[in-house]
Amino acid sequence: MPRYIFFRILSIIPVLLGLTLIVFIIMSLIPGDPATAILGSYATPENVARLNQQLGLDKPLFQRYFIWLSNLIQGDFGRSMSLNRPVIDEILERFSATLILSGTAFVLCSFIGILAGVISATRQYGLADKLITLTVLIGISIPSFFLGMMMILYFAVRLRWFPASGMYALYGGGDFIDLLNHLIMPAVALAIVAAGVIARLSRAAMLEVLRLDFIRTARAKGVPEKRVIIRHALRYSMVSILPILGLQAGFVLSGAVYIEIVFQWPGVGRMMVDAILARDIMLVQGGVLFVAACYVIFNIIVDVVQLWLDPRIRS
Amino acid sequence: MRVLYKKIIRNRLAGFGAALVSIICFLSLITPFLGLPDPNVIDTSKRFMMPLVDGYIFGADHLGRDILSRLLWGTRLSIFVGLVAALIAASIGSVIGILAGLYGGKADTLLMRSIDVLMAFPYILLALAIVAVLGPGLMNALIAVAIVNIPFFARNVRGVTLSLVQSDFIAAARLSGRNTFSILLFELLPNLVSVIIVAFSTTIGWMILETAGLSFLGLGSQPPQSDLGSMLGEARAALITHPHTSFIPGLMIFAIVMGINLLGDGIRDALDPRLAKGMLRRSQPITYIDRQKNISLPNTINLISVNDLQTEFQIDNKKIKAIRNVSFSIEKGQCLAIVGESGSGKSVTALSLTGLVASPPAVISGGVVNFQNIDILSLNYEEIRKIRGKKISYIFQDPNSSLHPLHSIGDQLIEVMLVHESKFKRHILEERAIQLLKDVMIANPERVMNSYPHELSGGMRQRIGIAIALANDPELIIADEPTTALDVTVQAQILDILNRLRIQRGLSLLFISHDMNVIASISDKIAIMYAGQIIETGPTQEVLDQPFHPYTKALLACSPQIGSSLGLPKPIKGMPPLMEELSEGCSFAPRCSYFTKDCNKEPIVLSTIENRSFRCIKKGSLDA
Repeated sequence: MPRYIFFRILSIIPVLLGLTLIVFIIMSLIPGDPATAILGSYATPENVARLNQQLGLDKPLFQRYFIWLSNLIQGDFGRSMSLNRPVIDEILERFSATLILSGTAFVLCSFIGILAGVISATRQYGLADKLITLTVLIGISIPSFFLGMMMILYFAVRLRWFPASGMYALYGGGDFIDLLNHLIMPAVALAIVAAGVIARLSRAAMLEVLRLDFIRTARAKGVPEKRVIIRHALRYSMVSILPILGLQAGFVLSGAVYIEIVFQWPGVGRMMVDAILARDIMLVQGGVLFVAACYVIFNIIVDVVQLWLDPRIRS
Repeated sequence: MRVLYKKIIRNRLAGFGAALVSIICFLSLITPFLGLPDPNVIDTSKRFMMPLVDGYIFGADHLGRDILSRLLWGTRLSIFVGLVAALIAASIGSVIGILAGLYGGKADTLLMRSIDVLMAFPYILLALAIVAVLGPGLMNALIAVAIVNIPFFARNVRGVTLSLVQSDFIAAARLSGRNTFSILLFELLPNLVSVIIVAFSTTIGWMILETAGLSFLGLGSQPPQSDLGSMLGEARAALITHPHTSFIPGLMIFAIVMGINLLGDGIRDALDPRLAKGMLRRSQPITYIDRQKNISLPNTINLISVNDLQTEFQIDNKKIKAIRNVSFSIEKGQCLAIVGESGSGKSVTALSLTGLVASPPAVISGGVVNFQNIDILSLNYEEIRKIRGKKISYIFQDPNSSLHPLHSIGDQLIEVMLVHESKFKRHILEERAIQLLKDVMIANPERVMNSYPHELSGGMRQRIGIAIALANDPELIIADEPTTALDVTVQAQILDILNRLRIQRGLSLLFISHDMNVIASISDKIAIMYAGQIIETGPTQEVLDQPFHPYTKALLACSPQIGSSLGLPKPIKGMPPLMEELSEGCSFAPRCSYFTKDCNKEPIVLSTIENRSFRCIKKGSLDA
């Protein structure tokens, strides 16, 4: 098993390389000439050529990729035009905010989703199941940005329970309680859709497992029903729920864009939207790379957990 | 198609979704003819007009534009964009999926690897990256959303195409010399339509949501053109002061997506055969019991005596009797074998004793299970649970599926002791578990304790099954075809172990099998089942030597005997009856070689001669 984990972690490297290649290809598909974009349309051809040479844009594509890649490895993600600072500095400043938001949302949606799915499956066609099914339906149909706006109206403006925006209070804040206070609404708004998806699939997985032979064996052994549901049925269902959690992690990480805009959360998502509007390609590229790499790494963790859950794939 | 339509309408939620979607689509179709004010005319004097004032049904936005008009035009645009994106994604994705599935090999690997790479990105991120390259704009948002949804279609379609290509009817079409194109058009596509429809109906809601999302971020439709997303995005600045400008477009997106999701679920459920057959119903911890009120419980010296037990299955409002008036008894230390063909009700009988038949659809509709002078069927769940695995334990047919695949053998053994006596320390239970493994002749029990079922052979697994059944020193073991799934050589070992331990510990055994040879070697008494009834019962050797029921006789004639020179086994002509089409009289009559007219007249009662009983009007005179 440790051997497998070692190789699984080693396999991040080619995946990350593939990722950089894709990002590089997508970004080099951008129509127009960066030098012209920087210098403006009145630039003389000589100046454009000189800048192209300075930027290394006169070299063949694959050579440019390796130069770009070796820069990335050294932590040089290029320079943001709109902010006039290194991309890496800006991202490092904002990335923790995105991680806190989407990490909390992920924990929330996994917990709520699986719990709701299990309750729903064990009370199939009962009142709890119907209520959960209806809530899930609303959850997966409501746009997270609209939900976030409605939450601001109700919980921040009307009830004044939580602050409407930002990550910390401007004055006298900054401690953990303050962070929590600012975090709850955006994390819940971000978690709702994913929780709905997880609840649905958990319910389906549980219903399928509850029909299997070993559940009957557990009951024949006199195992109390609660234990049958959790230790026998849910344990087995986790094997099919876990990959869904992996997918939803991607949704939560990237869906954070909307929530960061609505709640003015100082994360990478908001930075990327601003960068796209400002046509600041270097900044977008850095953001995409960071979020995608984060997703890849998370899915490797999911794989290792899967391995721990399912002895059948260990051998 | 009409059946599909009916199913969707019958499903109330799906019907609601269909209605919602139809209304919204209809409204957006007739928008140009409603004579609404121009959605883009700015009138600053009417800024933030409240709804229902001055003829503005939904009020006016921050530039004084009529919200109703903007809402309907925006809805029209949002649905149109989502639909086009879905169509693009569906067609490109399906083509990729069909090509990959049809040609296989390198084409498949190449296409699917590129799809995998696309899926390595969270898809909202990918959409953002594409918009970053193409630049903000509704058309570009549409392209981005279409591209990120291609993998979903490609994967689904490829999977189904692959299984279709390997199926018999495509092979037949190929052999008949038809070209690939005609096979694709006339054989593959019609079968792929339902997959594509399901994929389409589950993703279109998302696509509308995603394009609206990009517009909300300001990356989609650019002013003055506006869809629902950009309406919401523009209204956000005035969220707190004038919430109605946000509320109305947000609610509209919600309504569209919910309607589509409801309808999509309806379509998916209607196309899922498992749901139609009720295969995804959750089974209850004990079988439903629905008996007449007055149950008398005669005292018995037997360990267990079963009287008039009846279990039926309720499927589609039809009641199908699985077992009819089953009665038998087992003394302490005795072994009763129940024999019969598959579907004769053996297993249902065995499982009914402690309420283990899956409910729904099963209902125990009558009878008494008198175990140590307690009627098990009158107990509540907790009381039955305390009997299961403690006083009455089971060994199941297929050791591959009846052990938990993810729990170690040790855990599974310890659990059955733990749930009945929680006061024991784990190391004591571990020692007991190891002793049990030794009892069932498992070499190297310490290692097996930490193994998982998939690491053991079938025979080993069934020994674990026996060890679990023995763990709490039960009074009665019910073995439901414990050797059927095993090799013949392993069968003998398992029977040996079971029989030896039973005699050593003085246990009673209810042994279920369809194999006459196995039964002859293990049982004291035998009960033969046919069409849910016990049709003959008596001491094993006597019944085997001189059967009183024609079915028993036929069953003996068709079981092969090792070393016998009596020639080939004789099969019983005909098929067992369907349980929903049973006649009044003898169920075996249509296949019986002693058939007379009287056999069909009335239900055949149980006749008794000394310690034997049987259901046949011939009264045991079967010499011919």
